Amino acid sequence: MTSIPVSSRAGWQMKKPSIIPGFGLTLGFSLAYLALIILIPLSALILRTTSLGWSGFWAVATDLRTIRALETSFGTSFVAALINVVFGVIVAWVLVRYRFPGRRFVDAIVDLPFALPTAVAGIALTALYAPNGWIGSLLAPLGVRIAFTKLGIIVALVFIGLPFVVRTVQPIMEEISREIEEAAATLGASRFQTIWRVLLPGLQPAILTGFALAFARAVGEYGSVIFIAGNTPYQTEIAPLLIVIRLEEYDYAGATAVATIMLIIAFMMLFIINLIQAWSRRRYGYGA
Amino acid sequence: MDVRVVDVRKEFDRFPALHNVSLDINSGELIALLGPSGSGKTTLLRLIAGLETPTQGAVFFGEEDASQKTVQERNVGFVFQHYALFRHMTVLDNVGFGLKVRPSSNRPEKGEIRRRALELLDFVQLGGLEKRYPTQLSGGQRQRVALARAMAIEPRVLLLDEPFGALDAQVRKELRRWLREIHDKTGYTTVFVTHDQDEALELADRVVVMSQGRIEQIGTPDEVYDRPNSPFVYGFIGESSSLPVRMENGAVWSADRNIGLSAGDMPDGEATLFFRPHDVELLESSAGGCIVGTVVASRRAGGTRRVELEIGGGSDRIEIEVPAEHPAADKSSIAFKPRHWKLFPVQG
Repeated sequence: MTSIPVSSRAGWQMKKPSIIPGFGLTLGFSLAYLALIILIPLSALILRTTSLGWSGFWAVATDLRTIRALETSFGTSFVAALINVVFGVIVAWVLVRYRFPGRRFVDAIVDLPFALPTAVAGIALTALYAPNGWIGSLLAPLGVRIAFTKLGIIVALVFIGLPFVVRTVQPIMEEISREIEEAAATLGASRFQTIWRVLLPGLQPAILTGFALAFARAVGEYGSVIFIAGNTPYQTEIAPLLIVIRLEEYDYAGATAVATIMLIIAFMMLFIINLIQAWSRRRYGYGA
Repeated sequence: MDVRVVDVRKEFDRFPALHNVSLDINSGELIALLGPSGSGKTTLLRLIAGLETPTQGAVFFGEEDASQKTVQERNVGFVFQHYALFRHMTVLDNVGFGLKVRPSSNRPEKGEIRRRALELLDFVQLGGLEKRYPTQLSGGQRQRVALARAMAIEPRVLLLDEPFGALDAQVRKELRRWLREIHDKTGYTTVFVTHDQDEALELADRVVVMSQGRIEQIGTPDEVYDRPNSPFVYGFIGESSSLPVRMENGAVWSADRNIGLSAGDMPDGEATLFFRPHDVELLESSAGGCIVGTVVASRRAGGTRRVELEIGGGSDRIEIEVPAEHPAADKSSIAFKPRHWKLFPVQG
């Protein structure tokens, strides 16, 4: 490492990132904008929760129905994001590396889950996977039920999360030069070793970002899930749905309490993922 | 390990990049493939490595036909222009990579791999940097790591593709000398590609000059510099001036002037005269056989002066070098004779 300048006059100092003027202005604007768009609504949420009082909040938080709903939401989202990581990386690889007729078409299809109203996706998936649907009727004799189970929720979340992984991994993959693979090959690495030991570790930060985005989106997803989930309390009820139910019961405090818990858990998970990313970026010098 | 390239042809989408090239490389030799971009030099190197497959022809390592083998089986050390280091691995892991991916039957144990990688890092003068990541190194250091990584697998031949192309001039010169030392110490058969003639002439035992997918000339640096065998080589290696001339009955004419050179037994007809600008003899008078030109421009170049001359009052311009103290005033005329020169008949 190069020598680190030691400032003897201790104390916290703002780091001047560049000689381009306007740092103070842009920083101020960014903070104000973030506060306006994200922090104020969220603090209103938390403020609303406090009207419950600590014991009231605790009662909502430890309510079995709340816990089950949170488990369902975060569990299915996690599994769906994992599935998306595996197949999203494969899709990105095919799109980056192979030239085949219709590649641009396939490339465009990847974005569809972004654009489609989620309710439409939910209805379409339910129609397919319901016991009398095209796919559901094939699986029913095997004893596999997808619609109206947690599996159904996962299917919906995989659908809406896929583009996040593909679109974050794709540009990084395009940057990997063929020379890296050729270097590995001349050193005697098999195709599998090249992928496992050279390419995937290089993509790890991008994959992590894709995972975080797909996961975050899945946790907040509502429209597509409620059609296919069946929404049985304690089993296939997701937390966002529970919030809506509470709202419909005019239990605003209860709804915001669940929302606050979701917010805290989601924030912690994203924060941890960000930390891992910052660590790996520092280490490998990505984005430097 | 001897390497023989036998009658290799390579086409990309039916466009020939190499036209039936043959080349014998002796064991322990340091060979430069020199040519402008698009001459096929990198393609030839990649064919030897197995990164490309020949459309036709074969590559032999010793007596063994390597063309039937994959890149992995050929066991060649390849160094890329842009280093191609694995950025998520430390320098030490980069160097040890080739040993780690070997099948367990002939993979050294962990401690041994580490020991050998450290030894190689010392050898390339990077001892103490083994824990760094590639992004924390300078260009020259990265290329040293790349070379150490290539040597770790004890390659049968070492192939370098423009190894110093991405480095600045100072580092290039340093690494050039250093690579020669490494080669002399290790004795690996080494082939490197370059478009920098200084690099090729200074470094290589033999230089292979390539142009448009063909080998123009193979020879020691002295041979290709002193006895170029084609107009291309004359023009590409070292500085040269050329003048269109006419050969008649063994005499050489420029416009209406006999320039006093002997065409030997070359047939009559159009030809091009090549000579080195610094290798000329200035004459006092323009009487008799010599080239006479009018000065149109002159500029100081280091210890000498470079003068541009217009020959025969017409369109032909050539450059020669004269002593710095020579006045070479505009419009004055200078008479000279090349000391060494070569005539190439004009094709057609």
